[in-house]
Amino acid sequence: MKSIALKMLMGDRAKFFGILMGLTFASLLITQQMAIFIGLMTRTYGFVTDAQLPDVWVMDPKVQFVDDMKPLQETQLFRTRSVEGVDWAVPMYRGFLRVRLEDGNFQMCIVNGLDDATLIGGPARMVEGTLEDLRRSEGVVVDRSAALDKLAKPPLVPGGPRIPLAIGDTIEVNDHRAVVVGFCDTSPTLMANPVIYTTYNRALTFAPHERKLLTFVLVKAKAGQSIPELCSRIEAATGLKARPKDDLERLTVDYYMKYTGIPVNFGIAVLLGFIVGIAIAGQTFYNFTLENLRHFGALKAMGASNRTLLSMIVLQAVLVGAIGYGLGVGGAALFGEATKHTALAFRFPWELLFLSAGAIAVICVLSAFISIRKVFKLEPAIVFKG
Amino acid sequence: MQANQEVAVLCRSVEKGFGVGDTRVRVLRGVDLEVRSGELLMLVGPSGCGKTTLISIIAGILDADEGECRVFGSDIKSLSTVQKTAFRARNIGFVFQAFNLIPALPIVENTAIPLLLSGMKRAAAIEQAAAMLERVGLGNRTKSLPAQLSGGQQQRVAIARALVTNPRLVVCDEPTSALDHENGLRVMELLRGMAAEEGTTLVVVTHDARIFGHADRIAKVNDGRIVEVVESVSNAA
Repeated sequence: MKSIALKMLMGDRAKFFGILMGLTFASLLITQQMAIFIGLMTRTYGFVTDAQLPDVWVMDPKVQFVDDMKPLQETQLFRTRSVEGVDWAVPMYRGFLRVRLEDGNFQMCIVNGLDDATLIGGPARMVEGTLEDLRRSEGVVVDRSAALDKLAKPPLVPGGPRIPLAIGDTIEVNDHRAVVVGFCDTSPTLMANPVIYTTYNRALTFAPHERKLLTFVLVKAKAGQSIPELCSRIEAATGLKARPKDDLERLTVDYYMKYTGIPVNFGIAVLLGFIVGIAIAGQTFYNFTLENLRHFGALKAMGASNRTLLSMIVLQAVLVGAIGYGLGVGGAALFGEATKHTALAFRFPWELLFLSAGAIAVICVLSAFISIRKVFKLEPAIVFKG
Repeated sequence: MQANQEVAVLCRSVEKGFGVGDTRVRVLRGVDLEVRSGELLMLVGPSGCGKTTLISIIAGILDADEGECRVFGSDIKSLSTVQKTAFRARNIGFVFQAFNLIPALPIVENTAIPLLLSGMKRAAAIEQAAAMLERVGLGNRTKSLPAQLSGGQQQRVAIARALVTNPRLVVCDEPTSALDHENGLRVMELLRGMAAEEGTTLVVVTHDARIFGHADRIAKVNDGRIVEVVESVSNAA
């Protein structure tokens, strides 16, 4: 009866494509919106991901997320270094500073100050120059996308293209001269602020004068040292918050989930996709069943058990669900590929495939359930009604 | 037809109503009926007299409220839903007024449905269905869709589908009402001829006086009762 179920489904082309369209659209919308949401959430902690070496990030106990900068006293660096199990600990400055552009405009940038000696905490990839060039006088490394766009120089002629920053160009960071010595790739930030790297001490000269300027202490654990135990020990010794990289990333995501409207907005879009899926696919599938009710009745009269009819409807639902899901996630993946080099946040981890599959499965189960209920309650005597 | 004295269907004091309270309508008011094995019995009567309800009860797709209906000795009402379904699949074929062929399926697959429902492998079912279509004169149209056939041809497919499992009883609801005179007669001849070959019992509900000549007996139904059973066509007409 399987092939009969499939032919019944595909025999009515308009309805078949209607159901497919509903499921494809739902799958596309759910997957695409969740991918953008994940992309945005990833951007909230991209800077932590870029700094690969440290095992533990030490910060003020009141810090709620990566960009919630609550500076520490410099002495905390030395207290951290004295904790048992710490291999090395280096300072890091992170702050939003104003950069004046050649055309007189200002651009808020994220300035990361790396330990002068080791340059630990730098970007994942240099695309021009080397990180060591930061040791040159007034040197800064700028992220490539900002150099091409937000920090680019004004056009030579009005209306012409802006001129990308080049090595040797100078910029003004909070009224201090800085020389571009290299370009890097960084993970995009949530607010799309340009990212500038320099040395810790130079960053302190750029930053407005405050009593406390140390943002993070980056810690490497000794070999064999348990990271959670080391965090506990640092917290006990310094009174600061110490978190492994993954925990800091999670802390940041939790903050945005809890205190911003981002998850609600995307949740609404995903819910909308879900509702549209149920509305279009569910209703069309139900109509399809209604139109075939006489035939289901005839099958029942001829000896088809409810179990047989159930398996036929489930098979139909599984088929349209699988095709719709495949087309939807395929469309979402194509969308991601097409927007790869744009500012759009889009991240498509494999786990997302299961999430959207689950959502589509729920839509199909609900759609099929309504139809199955109708067919189960169907009196086969319907076939004798003219 | 080769009717014998064995009883295929025995209905005693069968009553059936629909609705509740003031809106309840008593459709069957104590039907007594015997259908002999291998005969062709026609149920005739005005619209709304209960003919279709009676064959639904005989076929085991409706339960009588009161009374008893035995088909080949089995009290259908006492069977569970699953048992009834299996009983129908094993013993009863159906020919519907509106054919009820599935539009998306070629006629050979439509014909094979009862075989597939009885658990036969697809290839064997298709082969047997094609042979049955050959017998009804549609051997060269097995891959056609129902919409590509005339009304008479579609009813022939329905007859092939009803008989493909060699059921002991076939119930037919107005099998000729959607057909013109000539096609109606042809379909009836075919149905009767094929049933006779296998010794199948036929119960046919009809308004169509033109086909009364094919009946062994005619039961006249009126106001929910069998008012007369006549042995010959001339008496019924």
